[in-house]
Amino acid sequence: MNAKRIDKVATGILYAIAGFVVIILIALLGYILVQGVPEISWHFLTSPALAFEAGGGIGIQLFNSFYLLLLALLISLPISLGAGIYLNEYAGQNTITGLIRTTIEILSSLPSVVVGLFGYLFFVVQFKLGFSILSGAFALTVFNLPILTRSIEEALANISDSQREAGYALGLSRWETVTKIVVPAALPSIITGVVLSAGRIFGEAAALIYTAGQSAPALDFSNWNPFDISSPLSPLRPAETLAVHIWKINSEGIMPDAKAVSAGASAVLIIAVLLFNFLARWLGKRLYKHLTAE
Amino acid sequence: MDKIRASLLKKSVASKIERRGKIISLSCLALIILVVFLIFYFVASRGLATFFSNHINLWSFLSGTQWNPGTVGTNGQPAVGALPMIVGSFLITIFSAIVATPFAIGTAVFMTEISPRRGAKILRPVTELLVGIPSVVYGFIGLQVVVPFVRSTFGGSGYGILSGTFVLFVMILPTVTSMSADALNAVPRYYREASLALGATRWQTIYKVVLRAAIPGMLTAIVFGMARAFGEALAVQMVIGNATLLPQNLVSPASTLTSILTMGIGNTVMGSLQNNALWSLAMILLLMSLFFNLVIRYIGRKGKLNHER
Repeated sequence: MNAKRIDKVATGILYAIAGFVVIILIALLGYILVQGVPEISWHFLTSPALAFEAGGGIGIQLFNSFYLLLLALLISLPISLGAGIYLNEYAGQNTITGLIRTTIEILSSLPSVVVGLFGYLFFVVQFKLGFSILSGAFALTVFNLPILTRSIEEALANISDSQREAGYALGLSRWETVTKIVVPAALPSIITGVVLSAGRIFGEAAALIYTAGQSAPALDFSNWNPFDISSPLSPLRPAETLAVHIWKINSEGIMPDAKAVSAGASAVLIIAVLLFNFLARWLGKRLYKHLTAE
Repeated sequence: MDKIRASLLKKSVASKIERRGKIISLSCLALIILVVFLIFYFVASRGLATFFSNHINLWSFLSGTQWNPGTVGTNGQPAVGALPMIVGSFLITIFSAIVATPFAIGTAVFMTEISPRRGAKILRPVTELLVGIPSVVYGFIGLQVVVPFVRSTFGGSGYGILSGTFVLFVMILPTVTSMSADALNAVPRYYREASLALGATRWQTIYKVVLRAAIPGMLTAIVFGMARAFGEALAVQMVIGNATLLPQNLVSPASTLTSILTMGIGNTVMGSLQNNALWSLAMILLLMSLFFNLVIRYIGRKGKLNHER
């Protein structure tokens, strides 16, 4: 075979491989949506789950997922912002900074089940928080910190130095330059990073099984006192999330319509992740336009 | 005069704010580092207790094939042989990487070299989206589609290494693909131009120049995928069968470190041998994740040297 024939054959094979992968990916998305979307109804999204009979919903799990997401972001955003600022604006190029970066990389590569087990040992047992929203939110924070720190650091690094020099020239201190000029300028990409990490948190289950717990006690949605245990806002109640719910009903197998419920819940998860993705892009663009007055 | 003198000698408001800001941001960073050390300390303190408090021999832990902590095995020692889980974890990691690599690299080459326009428009957004699909969803599909398929095609119960491999293959495929595509994109354009100018065909250029130049990046992508596969818990736990036996074949129920961990931690009493043995499994996971990290760094350093030469 001459070189041209080989080139043609190789190109054909590459087309086949790429086509095959596309088919797998589309089949995957299609399967979830085709199986799951018919299950989604207002009743399914709002009613509580039933353990032993068919027809339960995912209302409480859905609420728990969003509540945990919100708390985890509230805790992890300030910490990652501070860490990102230090890494990009203050830290020098030396061995210690290199070690710190390595440590953060190690944290981001830890399996989420290990993060969950640490959360169990540290927050649930050591701090006696029990299986609770708070333990879950802390575990998700540990899981989220390295990713968010990295994306914030990158966002800050993309701001040109002339912006910082302008700040110094006006007599601002470094901190003032960072908080008043650099962070606002990097806001679009920071927000994109936050929303993308929200998508990851939303679908996380392994870190939550032994921190937020695997049960979803009934909630009284008319009681908004956060110190009452039956209130949706109570941070000390166990809270099974949507992703944990899918895992649990599939591995226990006592729910008669587990397949339908998990199909619907999977579709809801996928749609939420999709929305987070689009939202991240849209918000980034929108904010950029708004802030730069273009 | 004294007022001016005092104001000159005192720290200005701005420098105070500056100092405070620096301390705040440094303490955020220190907190993250502290968390990493706490994770290692806590997991190690529990995991090592198996060997120091319960006096289990490290070698018998790693090579034993009976896992039933709480009962006594045939050798008179507690039955804490982790080999079935270790073998299970390594097998599905290696198999899924072997299956995923050709597909991922083929797709990445297609995306960057053959049809960059379609790659950028369709393939890249889709792969990036799939990276974000929650692992329980992969597990659910594995349970509904892969397990019945394996059962009817290869026999057995359908649960086992093979199903785990299929699920992980699809799971790491998007990650490895998009990282490989990044590596290929990073190859300078003039490499290709030089090769084409010498009369090489497109495939010769890809195979002899572009792929070789991108080897470190693609290796990183594969190791990254393997690290993800090794640490994946729920998706694997749902399809592998969770029998703590050495896998006899690819379709017999098996188990991985992560699957036994997710099943067991809640059912054992803190501080007991059963519990400590599970923490030792977690420690192996932690060490392996560290190992994958080291490999990635090593490849990265080697790759840099290659480009500088």
